[in-house]
Amino acid sequence: MSNYLLIGGLLILMGVAYQYGARRSRAVSKASAKHLHSLPSHYGAMVALACGIPAFGFLILWSFLQPIFVAWVVKSGAPPDIAALSGPDLNQLIGRVTSIASGYGVSDTASAFEREAAGRLSNFLNIVSLAKIVVAACLAVGGLVFALRRITPQLRARNEVEGVIRIVLILCSTVAILTTVGIVMSMFGETIRFFSFVNPIDFFFGLNWNPRFSSTGGGSGDFGLIPLLAGTIMITVIAMLVAVPVGLMIAIYLAEYAHPTVRTIAKPVIELLAGIPTIVFGFFALTAVGPFLSDFGALFGLQIRATSALTAGVVMGMMIIPFISSLSDDIITQVPGAMRDGSLALGSTRSETIKKVILPAALPGIVGAFLLAVSRAIGETMIVVMAAGNSPVLHANPFEAVATVTVSIVNQLTGDLDFASPQSLVGFALGLTLFVITLGLNVVALYIVRKYREQYE
Amino acid sequence: MSDITADGLVTGSPTRIADVVAKSLVKRRAKEKRFRMYGIAAVAIGIGFVLLMFGTILNKGLPAFWQSTFRLDVTFDAAALNLPTRPVREEGQSMAAFQQTLYEWQNQVTMANWNGLIQTSLQKYLPDAKPASRLRALVSSGERFRLRDMVLADPNLVGQTVTVDLLADANVDVWLKGNIDRDLADNQYLLSPDQRAWSDQLYEQGVIRMAFATSLFTNVDSRSSPASAGLLGAMIGSLFMMLIVILVAVPIGVLAAIYLEEFAPKNRLTDLIEVNINNLAAVPSIVFGLLGAAVFINWMKLPLSAPIVGGLVLTLMTLPTIIIATRAALKAVPPSIRQAALGLGASRSQSVFHHVLPLARPGILTATIIGVAQALGETAPLLLIGMSAFVANVATTPFEQSTALPVQIYLWQANEARNFFEARTSAAIILLLAMMMMLNAFALVLRRRFERRW
Amino acid sequence: MSVQTKPKVVAKDVNVYYGDKHALKNVSVNIPERAVTAFIGPSGCGKSTFLRCFNRMNDTVDGARVVGSIQIDDQDIYDPDLDPVQLRARVGMVFQKPNPFPKSIFENVAYGPRIHGLAHAKPDMEEIVVSSLRKAGLFEEVKDRLHESGTGLSGGQQQRLCIARAIAVSPEVILMDEPCSALDPIATARIEELIAELRENFTIVIVTHSMQQAARVSQRTAFFHLGILVEEGTTDDIFTNPQEKRTQDYITGRFG
Repeated sequence: MSNYLLIGGLLILMGVAYQYGARRSRAVSKASAKHLHSLPSHYGAMVALACGIPAFGFLILWSFLQPIFVAWVVKSGAPPDIAALSGPDLNQLIGRVTSIASGYGVSDTASAFEREAAGRLSNFLNIVSLAKIVVAACLAVGGLVFALRRITPQLRARNEVEGVIRIVLILCSTVAILTTVGIVMSMFGETIRFFSFVNPIDFFFGLNWNPRFSSTGGGSGDFGLIPLLAGTIMITVIAMLVAVPVGLMIAIYLAEYAHPTVRTIAKPVIELLAGIPTIVFGFFALTAVGPFLSDFGALFGLQIRATSALTAGVVMGMMIIPFISSLSDDIITQVPGAMRDGSLALGSTRSETIKKVILPAALPGIVGAFLLAVSRAIGETMIVVMAAGNSPVLHANPFEAVATVTVSIVNQLTGDLDFASPQSLVGFALGLTLFVITLGLNVVALYIVRKYREQYE
Repeated sequence: MSDITADGLVTGSPTRIADVVAKSLVKRRAKEKRFRMYGIAAVAIGIGFVLLMFGTILNKGLPAFWQSTFRLDVTFDAAALNLPTRPVREEGQSMAAFQQTLYEWQNQVTMANWNGLIQTSLQKYLPDAKPASRLRALVSSGERFRLRDMVLADPNLVGQTVTVDLLADANVDVWLKGNIDRDLADNQYLLSPDQRAWSDQLYEQGVIRMAFATSLFTNVDSRSSPASAGLLGAMIGSLFMMLIVILVAVPIGVLAAIYLEEFAPKNRLTDLIEVNINNLAAVPSIVFGLLGAAVFINWMKLPLSAPIVGGLVLTLMTLPTIIIATRAALKAVPPSIRQAALGLGASRSQSVFHHVLPLARPGILTATIIGVAQALGETAPLLLIGMSAFVANVATTPFEQSTALPVQIYLWQANEARNFFEARTSAAIILLLAMMMMLNAFALVLRRRFERRW
Repeated sequence: MSVQTKPKVVAKDVNVYYGDKHALKNVSVNIPERAVTAFIGPSGCGKSTFLRCFNRMNDTVDGARVVGSIQIDDQDIYDPDLDPVQLRARVGMVFQKPNPFPKSIFENVAYGPRIHGLAHAKPDMEEIVVSSLRKAGLFEEVKDRLHESGTGLSGGQQQRLCIARAIAVSPEVILMDEPCSALDPIATARIEELIAELRENFTIVIVTHSMQQAARVSQRTAFFHLGILVEEGTTDDIFTNPQEKRTQDYITGRFG
C-alpha cells in the first residue's frame, strides 16, 4: 500500500515540478528580456522528468534488491542448519518470518529463531521503508532543484525532452528484436540441453516417436522427428489442396467478376473466418466435420477415422481460405488496370485475360501468399491437437490419425514443466525446428511479396 | 487474296480473320462460362463454410444457455443441520491461528447434511420414490454448497423455508433436452430407469424447468458437478490477460510504430527491425508459448498458470500485429500534413505528436482492438505455461492461478461427459465469439466515426 | 482532302453516361477508311470516352452506358448478338501509357493471334510476329532479343511493341488514345512516322491533346468540348478555317 502512496506522491511532485519549471522559465525570460529557446511547457516537462526519472529508477532498482536484503537479514546470525537452507525450504522460511514480522503470525507455534529473526526483520523493514521514502524524496527534490537552476533562455529544453522521448521510442522498438532474440536463445539453450540426452542424428532422422515419461522409469524412449514431420506435411498438403483452389478462385471472382455489391458483402463474410480463434475450428472439426467425413467415407466403404489427417487438413484448409483469398485479392487488384485493358482490347475474354495476363503478372505475389499460408498451416496447433487423432506413427494414409510437430510440443510441455528431462526438453527442440522452418518460409515469402509490390509501385 | 494456308495460318482479308475468330468463340465462351462458374462455386463454398460453422455452433450452443433447474421449497431445519457456532478470535491468538480455526469451522459447516435438506424437500413432490438418495442425485451434487453459502451469508436463514433454484444433474439435463437417444439399452444410461421416470414426472409437475443458466456466468469450473461448471474463472483470467495486453502491448506497440515510421533513420538496423517484425507476425503462436515457458517460468520463476505470464506471452505475440497496423495507420496520413507542420517551424516530435498522431488515432485504435481480439482467442501458447490446469477459484490478482476462456473451451471439449459438455462448450464458444465480435464492432464504429478521406 | 469512299465507321447520336454523369452528348461522326482521324479538345471533353465506344471498352467500366448507334461496315457494333470479343479482334487499340504484358517481346505480339487461334504452327506464328514487328518499325531494334521481357524496352519502343501487338491480329481499325503523351519528342516523332505508314493499310482514329500532332498526322479532325462534338471536317479546314468560335479559340490557344 505504501508503495502506491509513494508512486502517487511522486506523480504529484512531478506535476508540481512541471508547473514550477514552466513558471520559472517565463520568469527567467522576462527578467533577462530574452526569448526562450523552447516553449515553457518544454521547460516544465524537462523539470518533471528530472524529478521523476531518478526517483522511479531508484524504486524499480529497490524492488529487485529488497528480496535479497530480506533473505540476508533472515539468515544472518542463524544457526548453521538454517544458514545451509536453500531453494524452496529457504523461501518457506522467509515466508514464515515475513508473516510473523508483519504481525499476521503463523498458524502453528513459531520457533525461537523465527521469532528472533522476525524481530530483526521488522526492525529492518521499518528502517528500510523509511529510508526508501527519504531517498526517493531526496532524489525527486534534488532532480527538481537541479533542473530548475539550469533554466536559462538559452537552454534547449525542447531538444532534451525530445531526446528522452526518442530514447523511450527506441527502447519500445527494440522489444521486437528482444523477442526474437529471446525466442532463439531460449529455444537454442534448451535444445542444446536436449541434445546432451539424445543424439541429434537420432532426433532428426529417427523413425520412431515414443517419448516415455521419466516417471514410468527406465529408458529415455525414442525421439524421432520424421513421423511428426510426415504428419505435419500430410496435413499441410491436404489443407493447401482445399484452400488454394477455393481461396484463389474466390479472390479472382471477387476482384474481376463480382458486382461491387456482391463484393462488399461476400468479402467481409469470408474474412470473418480469419478472425475466428483456431480452437473454434478445432471444436468444429471434432464435432461436425470428423463425424461427417467418417459417415461419408462409409458410404463408399472407406474407413475414415473421425479424427484423422483428413479431418484436420480439411478444417485447416477452411481456416486458410480467407488468408489466401484476401492476400491474393490484394495482389490481383495491384496488377495495373492497363494490363487488363490491353488484353481486353485485343479481344480476349475475361477468363483469358485472367489466366494469361493477370495471373502470370501476379504469380510472384501469389506464390508469396501461398508460402505464408504453408507456414501458417505448419505452425497451426489447436485444430491438429483436437482433430488429427495424435498417432505419431509413420504412414501415408490420410484417413488415419497422425501427429504433428505442434501436437507433440503441446503433449510434451503440458502440465508440470520439468526442465531437466529430455521428455520436456524435446518440446524445445521441436519448437526450434518449427521456428526455423516457418522462419525460412516467411523470409522467402515476405521477400517475394515485397519485390512484387515494388514492381508495381 | 485471303486464304487459310495449309498450316492453318490466316492471312489476308479481315473478313477471313473474323470468321476464324467467330468460329473460335463457341469454345471460348464455354470456357469463360465454366471459369465464371468455378468462381461462383468458390465463393459459395467460402460463404457456405462460414454459415455451416456458425450454424453448427449456434445450434449446439444456444440450448445450453437454458438449463434444467429445480425450484424447491427448502426448509433449513436447525436440527437436521446441527451447525457448529462460528469461532471468535480470542485474546492473544495470532491472526494466522484464528484463520486456521475459521477454516476448520468452515469445513464442519461444509460437512453438514445439506443433502438431507434437498432430499426432504424433493420427497414432498415424489413421496413414493425409493431410495430417496437416488432421487436426491437428480440435483447436481455441487448445489448443496449453494445452500451452505446462503446460510454462511445469512445465518438467520436457519429455521426458515425458502424457495431456491437448484441446478439439476447434468445427466438429467441431457435426458430432458433429448440430447441422448431415448431408446437405448438401460446400461447405456448413467441414470437408472426410475431416475429417468422421476425426471420426466418432475418436469411435468413443473418442479424442473428450463431456466436461464446464470451459473454459466457466475460459477467457476467444477469437476465433481458438471452441471454447475461455469466460466467466471475463465472470464476473469481472460480479462486480466486482456488488461495486461492493453496496458503493455498497446503503448509499446504504438510507440515502436511511431519510431519506425516517423523517426527512424533508413539504415540497416531499422531494416533489420522491420524484417524482424514482419517475421514475428508470422511466427506460429505456439513458439511464443515456448518462449514464455523458458523465459517467464523457468528463468524468471513467475508462477505457472498465472494470467500475468499469459498476458505477457500474448503481449509479445500481439506486438507485431499492433506495430504493423499502427504503421499502416500512420502511413495513411498524407505527408503534406507533416510538411505543413515542419514548415511552420514545429520540431519533428511536435509535428508527429500534435498533428500526425491525432489524425492516425482511429486507425491506431482499430489496430489495437484487432490485436486484442486476436489475443483473446489464442489458445496454444497458454497451454504451455500451465493455463490448462484445473482451477476452482476466481483469481483476484494476475499472479494467482487461473484459466482463460479459450483454454476452458479446450478443457471442456475434452471432458468425458460428452453429451453434456458438447453443448456447454458450444455455449462457451458463443460467448467467446460474442466478445470478439463486440470488440470488432467497436472497432468498426470507431472507424466509421473518425474515418477521414484525403 | 475529302472523303471519296463510303465511311468505314458511322457513329450516330452517341450518348455516354457514367452513372448520373452525361459524358457525351449526341455525337455523330463518320470515320473514313484508310485515313487518320484525330479527336482533339481540352481534357475531360469526352474524346477518349468516344474513342472507347468504338471497341466497346466502356463495357468494362462499371456503371457506363452507351446509347445511340455505331456501325462498322454497316454492322451495328452495339447489336446485343455481337460479342465484344469479336469486335475487338477487328478494332485494335493502343493506350496512353505503353502497357506491354510482363512477357517476352515475342509473346507480347503473339498473344492476340494465339488467343484467337490465327496460327497453330510455330513457323506461322513467327511469321506473324516478325511481320507485325516490321510493320511497327521495331523489328530491327529487337530482333536479337525477341525472348527478353517486353517491359525492359524504352518507352517509345514499348509503345511500338503495343502497336505491333495490336496489328498482329490484322484489325481493320486501330484506335490510339493519346499514344505519345508519355513519350519524349524523338520517340513521338517515330510513332508519328509509323502512323503515317500504317495509314496505307488501316483505318486509324487518334485522340490527342496536341494540335500540332493532329495537324501533322491526320486527314480529318473532330473537335470536342464538354461532351459535345463542336466541329468536324478535314484537318486543313479545321486548322485554317474553323467555322466555330470555340474551335478557333482552342486552336489558337485561348483555352484548353
